Amino acid sequence: MHPSHEHVVIIGAGHAGGALAGYLRQYGFGGAITLLGAEATPPYQRPPLSKAWLKDSADADSLLLKPPHWYPDNGIALRLECSVEQIDAGAKKLVLACGEAIPYTQLVFATGAAARRLAIAGAELQGVVCLRDLTDAAQIKAQLRGARRLAIIGGGYIGLEVAATARHFGADVVVLERESRLLSRSASAPVAARLRGLHAAQGVAFRLDADITAIEGAAGRVTGLRLADGSREACDMVLVGIGARPNGALAQALGISAEAGIVVDAEGRTSLADVWAIGDVTRRPLAHFPGLFRLESVPSALEQARRVACVLAGRELPAHELPWFWSDQYATKLQIAGMTGLSDSTVLRGDPLGQRFTVFHLRAGVLCAAECVNNPGEFLAAKKAIAAQVRPDANRLADAAVPLAQALAGAPRDTLVPAL
Amino acid sequence: MPHVTFIEYNGSRHTVEATPGQSLMRAAVAHSVPGIDAECGGACACATCHVYVADNWQALVGEAQGNEREMLDFANEVRRNSRLACQITVAAEMDGLTVHMPQSQS
Repeated sequence: MHPSHEHVVIIGAGHAGGALAGYLRQYGFGGAITLLGAEATPPYQRPPLSKAWLKDSADADSLLLKPPHWYPDNGIALRLECSVEQIDAGAKKLVLACGEAIPYTQLVFATGAAARRLAIAGAELQGVVCLRDLTDAAQIKAQLRGARRLAIIGGGYIGLEVAATARHFGADVVVLERESRLLSRSASAPVAARLRGLHAAQGVAFRLDADITAIEGAAGRVTGLRLADGSREACDMVLVGIGARPNGALAQALGISAEAGIVVDAEGRTSLADVWAIGDVTRRPLAHFPGLFRLESVPSALEQARRVACVLAGRELPAHELPWFWSDQYATKLQIAGMTGLSDSTVLRGDPLGQRFTVFHLRAGVLCAAECVNNPGEFLAAKKAIAAQVRPDANRLADAAVPLAQALAGAPRDTLVPAL
Repeated sequence: MPHVTFIEYNGSRHTVEATPGQSLMRAAVAHSVPGIDAECGGACACATCHVYVADNWQALVGEAQGNEREMLDFANEVRRNSRLACQITVAAEMDGLTVHMPQSQS
């Protein structure tokens, strides 16, 4: 067990921070752990907030990562509804807004990301919401029941998931997207088209290339959106789903590079000794891809939490993991393995108009990502093949008559391509 | 309340109290049972809560179907008694249920 004079202070009691506290104890870390959260709720799952929880099929307790008594039972000081005012990295202590000073030996930023706000007139009107935490979700849940027409600004995953739930409650929905198609930065054209068709069949209206100039209201409440072409979309509720910005200000104040996310290495180390960062706030390297990436994803946050916990608990590091993502809309399940943004060609397997299909992505012939629509088996198979960096034969991959295991059984890259 | 036992690949046993109606995965996670990663939180999207149901419990627990079946077809170390714990709903009659875990998840 690690020397017990250590005191790990984790700023941020979200999925990443909560998981880190859990892994530290699971891996035998014997020092003190303090987990500081801004919200009133112990660490909880965020993905269901736009999916099952919003539809009421999951209660608040079922979202919790651990029951509340688990923290004191395991010697973890969970401090909720508190914010960090400043950090003195030289003296290794931080000061809370209430004035209390907390010393640390290891500091971890798990501060997450905040919803990007719309900088246009009317953004402060009642009925204009965003979705990032349980408070936001509870507000949306309450308002959706009475809403007649919901306008969703941003055709990304959160917007589309909420659109599905709003239709479930019977509200009319219009999705307004600035780009000329949905999910332009995060999904291939066939997948985006499939999701659009799915929503259209459920009565969701779309406005693409939409340039919104103002949110209009009456008596302090939203009544519609004004667009640059002069048209107007009436609505009594607006969800702004235009992405998130990393909460890196505290780290930046310490001189850590954090402009587009706190830059960390593969084990979550920042540029400052004994200061770490995990989760949505980070820009991290990936084992299978070149570059630094800011991933807003639970699996990525959990992998980082495990690696930091391993180092701090003196345990052997596990193998690197492949990034993956998922979205549930109506009865359709989308699972994505790897990084689609890096591909230079795609291979379609299955009928994009049928029940299920997969879009495989290749980068210089090497499999780098797969988007699987209602195809959970192919998702798991692809995940392994991407991690193994196989070079599949594109024709065989596209042929649904060739079993996937055979089509993906290309030789690993290293055996075919000489090192440069 | 039913008690269920999770046995790690290395033989470590974890007996925890579960609540009827919750998933077997939630019961494991709430008690920090090592080896149940449950990354997707129960959406049947990741296959990181893979368990083997002991022979005498298979009739009561039932077999994998649909998405779960398809995931298991491509998961690691799959056996005929493989299930995803997030898709098993704990019932009062499951007091004494024992499941084993594979060496690694997904």
